[in-house]
Amino acid sequence: MSYQIVVCGGLAPDPLQTLEPVFDTVKPSLRNELMLPAVFDPWAAHALYEAGHLARQHPGTLVRVVSLAPKAKLQQVMMTVAQKLPFELAALDGPAGGFTDAAATAEALAAAIAAMPDLDRSRLLLFGGWESATRGAGVVMQRVAERLGIREQFLAVDELVVEPDGALLIKERVEGGRHQISRCASPPAMLAWATGSLPEPPNHPQTGMANMRVILPALQKARPVSLAQTAEFVRVALPAAVRQTRIVKDVSAAEIAREIAEWIRQ
Amino acid sequence: MEKDNREQPEAAPLDADIVCTGFGPATAGFLWTLTRGLQQPEMAAVESKAMPGLPPQVLCYERADDISFGVSGVVTRARAIRASIPDLDPAAIPLAARVSEEKLIYLLDPHGATRRPAWMRLADQLCRAFSFLLRVEHEGLALPWVPAFLHKGDGFIFSLGQFLQWTGQQVMMTGLAQIWPGTPAAAPLIRDGRVEGVRLASDGSEVRAALTVVGDGPVGAVSRQLDEAFGMPAGRRRDEWAVGMKMVVDLPERCTLREGTVWHTIGYPEPEIFGFLYVHPDRIASVGIFVPSWMDSPVRTSYRYLQHFVRHPYLWRHLEGGRLRSWGAKSLLESGRRGEPYLAGDGYARIGECSGSTNVLTGSGVDEAWLTGVQLAEAVLELLAEGKPFTRENLEARYVARRRASWLERESQAAERARNGFQWGLLPGFAGMALAGLTGGRLAWPRRREERGIRRIEEYYAGRLSRSQIERARAAADAEGRPLHDVLMDLCGWPKIEYDGRLLVSHQDALLMGGKVQAPAEFPDHVVFRSPALCRSCETRLCIEICSGEAIHAVAGGDGTPGFDREKCVHCGACLWNCPAGNIEFCAAPGGLHSAEN
Repeated sequence: MSYQIVVCGGLAPDPLQTLEPVFDTVKPSLRNELMLPAVFDPWAAHALYEAGHLARQHPGTLVRVVSLAPKAKLQQVMMTVAQKLPFELAALDGPAGGFTDAAATAEALAAAIAAMPDLDRSRLLLFGGWESATRGAGVVMQRVAERLGIREQFLAVDELVVEPDGALLIKERVEGGRHQISRCASPPAMLAWATGSLPEPPNHPQTGMANMRVILPALQKARPVSLAQTAEFVRVALPAAVRQTRIVKDVSAAEIAREIAEWIRQ
Repeated sequence: MEKDNREQPEAAPLDADIVCTGFGPATAGFLWTLTRGLQQPEMAAVESKAMPGLPPQVLCYERADDISFGVSGVVTRARAIRASIPDLDPAAIPLAARVSEEKLIYLLDPHGATRRPAWMRLADQLCRAFSFLLRVEHEGLALPWVPAFLHKGDGFIFSLGQFLQWTGQQVMMTGLAQIWPGTPAAAPLIRDGRVEGVRLASDGSEVRAALTVVGDGPVGAVSRQLDEAFGMPAGRRRDEWAVGMKMVVDLPERCTLREGTVWHTIGYPEPEIFGFLYVHPDRIASVGIFVPSWMDSPVRTSYRYLQHFVRHPYLWRHLEGGRLRSWGAKSLLESGRRGEPYLAGDGYARIGECSGSTNVLTGSGVDEAWLTGVQLAEAVLELLAEGKPFTRENLEARYVARRRASWLERESQAAERARNGFQWGLLPGFAGMALAGLTGGRLAWPRRREERGIRRIEEYYAGRLSRSQIERARAAADAEGRPLHDVLMDLCGWPKIEYDGRLLVSHQDALLMGGKVQAPAEFPDHVVFRSPALCRSCETRLCIEICSGEAIHAVAGGDGTPGFDREKCVHCGACLWNCPAGNIEFCAAPGGLHSAEN
């Protein structure tokens, strides 16, 4: 069986940059947010890699990414993500980050998915991260699925196996550090991924070039979206951190743990 | 509608019309001009030869993981940039500001540890003796005059990373050029003397194009292989370099430095090391130094010198309590026009720093690099419109001729002999720069026949450290797998750097907190020691001392061959030009600095 996999994935400020939440009179934001390069949201990236893996196993499967983000930033990020695996893009030109409203985001994403040409809900697998790296509200994927009428929903997914009869075996994280395995007879289904089990694919220039033939036009016609803001933020802050780094190689985990414990004691 | 083949395509050749290597200011200027030109009505009929029916296919491959990870301490008059972007508004580009105040400052040696010649020590004493008269404060003397050749009073302060991100976004939004980060070009494709594209390091893909634009900076892999294949023009040599290293600092609340402040410094932390401080908007400053190749110290260390520079009383009064935001380092090709390679050949043209455009007299390179890109783009647009091929003759007639007729050439000629004096010594060096600068290059200090080389450690420290002290230091450094410079500088009286965990941090913390250095897992080591036997017989091991990230290191208990940790490498390439035996292979690889603020 081939699938239509739609991966919802936004952008997050590159976590390696200097991130400083500030609170002005209107709403919270990041200091100098304009200058921060972005990355594809790491949780959604796991979902995308799993989608690519599933597509390779099931010829004829189509992977589409729907992303809500400032268009220029999205284009910049796509130059890296597009080199990972083949996909098409539906781009929405709007705000990104941790201070957008989850319900409004879900509404915009669901509308974009519903409007996709040739959408076959009987083969639809809706993928995304179980939360976003920018906020971690953890509700967007459920809300998108509800709006699309998808009742089979799985959260914190670590593994998906397609059985010979086409049923989906899904391993989810549940409370207490355990896994729960469910059987879903067929799509449509929504899978909000935790980390999955796949590493980030290396950059592949050929894939990037092939993807760009569809991604560039999609970016050119990205529809502007404004999100209604219902949530009220009162305060933002980063946890205090003390940092002292030593880069080592070939040192055992036990030795590193001992050294860290000693450092904390001091 | 649906894709049938989900497998990754094989590494079959990619076809484009123009392929660029490296996205720095030169390529930014090229793509900016080219993409705007292609949108003009008269270019509407020009179509791709690689993909007929489409506009020309323009690809740019950048080694770093994002287009915003360039590094430079940019203060520029921006003449070429403003000519390209007449309505340039610094407010649109984060960290950009107009220059509001400019000073040239002589820094005295506050603790007597620098290797000053006698005349400079005398100058220090005179400054202190007449401090009230000369207005010496905090061990620094602001000179009453900034020479015209050095001044940037009508220009801008930029973060190169932010400027490149801004221009790169604008270029890509046209849809007429693709800039691929994290995708280094490993080598040019040369067939029968013609460059036909590049080979990518990631998967060995060949990218074939009618024109290869080489803008991969001072130590780019494609540039170096072109030089090997085609040689250098008669009389041209690449023999002057520097490491530029900088911090981007959150200034403390009490700091009174105005946005747009520009300081150029001389005299400290060593007399040969020039420094700078530029104040960006939002109470952020760039602070950095240049360690030149003609500094004959066998234990050069940019990072420790940078820390001492920051701690100099003239700067520290403003920086104390500040916080490190970013850090970075790069090589600068300071040969300028003397190191100019063949600028064009069949199927290729070279722009930017790798083409010898940096001006060491004015201390500027970004605007010059941008201009070379603009000039090439104008030439390419003409050739495309006329349907003419990218031959050596055509590129020389349109690109090189433009370059020769521009201010870039005039100023490069003026600067060509400006640094000759430093081959004789410090005083002739400063005198030679003044002579060349004030006469527009008509007069210059003659160059020595023999280049000034690195001195042996015992010779360099003669009169300050005994042979036995040096031997003990060497043994201690070897035993601990540390660079030698820390031990020797301590012995010479340099004060210890007391880490404050904010601005003064260990070199390794600067890599992670400031440079955010990354190394993708799937690539092999890109620094290779060709002959371990040569390394074992090397006394100075400059590669270890100069390494900007401590990536090249002594191996405790080893046989003398340095170790290399690619996870720490910032790809500055200083090891390449510091190895006296030319024993280092520096291959194309992604990763390195990951900060968008440098």
